[in-house]
Amino acid sequence: MSVETTITTERIEQRITAFVTGRVKTEVPPEQDLFATGLVSSMFAMELVVQLEQDFAVQILGNDLKRDNFRSIEAMTALVSRLRDTEPSADA
Amino acid sequence: MAEPATIVKCLVWDLDNTLWQGTLLEDAEVTLAEPVRRLIAELDSRGVLQAVASKNDHDPAWQRLEALGVAEFFVLPHIGWGPKSDSVRAIAAELNFALDTIAFVDDQPTERAEVAFHLPEVRCYDARRLAVLDELPEFSPPTVTVDARRRREMYQAGFRRKAAETDFQGPSEEFLRSLELVMHIRRASGTELSRVEELTLRTSQMNATGVHYSLPDLRALLADPRHEVLVATLADRFGPHGAVGLELLAKHERVWHLKLLATSCRVVSFGAGSVILGRLVDEAARAGVHLVADFRRTERNRMMEIAYRMTGFTDEACGCAAELAAPAEEGVQRLHLHPTPQAPPPTMELHAVSLRDG
Repeated sequence: MSVETTITTERIEQRITAFVTGRVKTEVPPEQDLFATGLVSSMFAMELVVQLEQDFAVQILGNDLKRDNFRSIEAMTALVSRLRDTEPSADA
Repeated sequence: MAEPATIVKCLVWDLDNTLWQGTLLEDAEVTLAEPVRRLIAELDSRGVLQAVASKNDHDPAWQRLEALGVAEFFVLPHIGWGPKSDSVRAIAAELNFALDTIAFVDDQPTERAEVAFHLPEVRCYDARRLAVLDELPEFSPPTVTVDARRRREMYQAGFRRKAAETDFQGPSEEFLRSLELVMHIRRASGTELSRVEELTLRTSQMNATGVHYSLPDLRALLADPRHEVLVATLADRFGPHGAVGLELLAKHERVWHLKLLATSCRVVSFGAGSVILGRLVDEAARAGVHLVADFRRTERNRMMEIAYRMTGFTDEACGCAAELAAPAEEGVQRLHLHPTPQAPPPTMELHAVSLRDG
């Protein structure tokens, strides 16, 4: 993790949006509730966890795995931003 | 646990002078000996998959298998002119089987040597040993379950399903709905016990506690009115998936304790684990009890933790857990959920036994 350490919130949101829209094959605004609109199943939420961890070099553990953190692109962006801030270069 | 000789999960057959007598390209007639026909059916009923690696033109060879009435017993026929080691390797990869669970039978020493050279883990047999093959321990699984007998059918359905998914354009949720998935959740009994045991053995990836329950353990729990042993089976328009999930639940007055949840890795992509959990949460909400789930992190069950957390289980400490005996094994976490009624699953039809009557 070298180049990506200065990634902006805006860039995080763009990348998550690209992944989500690629999968559900429709436009998804950042604030849209993905579960309520039936766009995302619990199954896809699991994929999202793995995808976010790989893409942004974070670990999502324990209570952070709650559904609300994956409810919208906005929520996922906030989660990733927070994890990147609170654990600078956590390799564990 | 002492493991017996590694069971062969797939036998790859040569055709000319092995499966049938004669050489398709040279002889006017090839014949299938009656003992070989019986062997094919016997291995199939034991849950050993059978594939083909043959140097022939594909269409005439496959047509001959059909004419002989045995084509339906084979998955993944590799009939062509490439090296047989390539065919065997491709078959193992497509089945997602380790090479040491693959066997290869051929009358030609050169062909066996070629496979053995490139794939030393594959067990190679001379066609002259066909007569005794079904007596060898590696072709004799200790328990033949209901699902073992249908394993080939399930794999064939799996290949058709995969082809349909590749062709499907649109959101993955819509593809799932197009499968017409139907899940049944029933109390385990009788014949289902053996498939339950197989499930706890074979599904380390999706076993939330990593605890293996043996047949006697499970029998004892079946007889205990405070325990529920539930088996989930899944089918879709391509055919059966068989038993895909196992729940072991201890019912206390204020809390239901999920001691084990195991799901088959074959059905992870259908969200089977989430559907099973969702149903349990709904039942608990209606019964007015809390839920506690045992979880022990292993290197392979991350998906199970995610399923628990996504369903709403947390680390929150709750007085309800006081009713429960301490975990019997080390490293077991207790996750807690205050259940609320759940909507039925959007991607499959669910028929489940009510847990509120016992």
